[in-house]
Amino acid sequence: MKKEDIPQDDSALNKLTKEVVYAVDGAGKYVTGLSTGWEVKATALDVAWEDIEQRIENARQKVLNNEASPLLFFIELRLMDVGIVSAYTGFWKWTVKQHLKPAVFKKLSEKKLNKYAEAFNISVEELKTMTVHEA
Amino acid sequence: MKHEFKHLQAAHCENGVTTNLLRTIGVDKITEPLAFGIGSGLFFVYVPFLKINKGPAIAFRTMPGLIFKRTCNALDIPVVRKKFSSKESAEKFLQECLQSGQPVGCQVGVYYLSYFPKEYRFHFNAHNIIVYGKEDDRYLISDPVMEGVTSLSSYELERVRFAKGALAPRGQIYYPKENKIITDQQIRKAIETGIKRNVNHMIRIPGSIAGVKGIASTGKKIKKWKDKLGQQTAGLYLAQLVRMQEEIGTGGGGFRYIYAAFLQQAHGFYANDTLLEVSKTFTQAGDMWRNAAVQAAGIYKGRIGSQADFDVMGDYLIQISEIEKKAFEALSKLKWNS
Repeated sequence: MKKEDIPQDDSALNKLTKEVVYAVDGAGKYVTGLSTGWEVKATALDVAWEDIEQRIENARQKVLNNEASPLLFFIELRLMDVGIVSAYTGFWKWTVKQHLKPAVFKKLSEKKLNKYAEAFNISVEELKTMTVHEA
Repeated sequence: MKHEFKHLQAAHCENGVTTNLLRTIGVDKITEPLAFGIGSGLFFVYVPFLKINKGPAIAFRTMPGLIFKRTCNALDIPVVRKKFSSKESAEKFLQECLQSGQPVGCQVGVYYLSYFPKEYRFHFNAHNIIVYGKEDDRYLISDPVMEGVTSLSSYELERVRFAKGALAPRGQIYYPKENKIITDQQIRKAIETGIKRNVNHMIRIPGSIAGVKGIASTGKKIKKWKDKLGQQTAGLYLAQLVRMQEEIGTGGGGFRYIYAAFLQQAHGFYANDTLLEVSKTFTQAGDMWRNAAVQAAGIYKGRIGSQADFDVMGDYLIQISEIEKKAFEALSKLKWNS
């Protein structure tokens, strides 16, 4: 890539920083330049997020239909899976899967709910009612 | 607790932490490309049956942590590395380091890293930052991928140091132990070691999932993605490939440009013109990776998507595999004794 070809497209990273890329100057020597983003990879990130939004929405529907406990919704919302939830809470994966059942979830102690709330960075009330705030 | 610390931005976090920490012990000739090359950073692997964020597990660089380790080893610089079972002892050790004037590298997870934009916060636990001081309740942070320095509260830092899941950092701290004078001869020797190891990893590794063979076999797999996965999932997979290849930290072209820059800089320590020739080949490989990304984007944006389009995509990787194979073969023939 030539230095003058370093893309300067819009991207989410722009909110934080420009990024360093390596490119060759007119004499063929490698130099670093700053890029605000590249449309090709910004779209790749958009595609990933559209898929995540879809999964969150599917989970929300399942919870509303009483097919899953609110845990499922927050697992998707926080981009986690049963393994990551298990690592944050200390519950066995098998136990987390049990808690995904609405009937089992309803009987959970405050202490256990608290562990989940902490892992998702929300309050127990938000966990029970599927309320969202930014992480 | 604030110390003299000069923040230098890098493309990749671990390269950046390595070069910035080495500067704190007076080693200032190791640039980002040199650290990357000495650490044999260039790689390719597509791990079958493993999923990352529901997509394929593809990497363009070596395992996290190895670049710092190998670079320090090659330069004979002793390293302190510690993991912790308790958050309290992790913070205590960090404070002791800072009190004695020692900036440290920390492995962190990015999901709860508050200064990152939300769009980039996945459960990725092998990000690297430097903590170089503390003012009131805030730790002073040098994140190499950023233009400037930043800070985190004690709680925020603890949370990311103890992120959970794959590659959990467990509070990991590391830094070079003592001031050292590094000669050009040592750097040349380290470059030799780094190149030889990278040759092994890319063209002599057994199996077909890693190295240049891994690139070609991934190309063949991509041609089957449309039928096997369906249009939408195939698009998601390609988008993941492009993110692994181009997202923050690769310097562009799946680290191939950084490697090309490394070979150019290596020439300053070992004046063999093969290094400059092969550098050009890696520039070409990087350009082709980016052309492949443009093709992939056409598919995941839905602009194109026929089987012929997937074939073009797969063929890019098969051609790249050939180019990189020739490049590493040329490097394997370098005579280092002359």
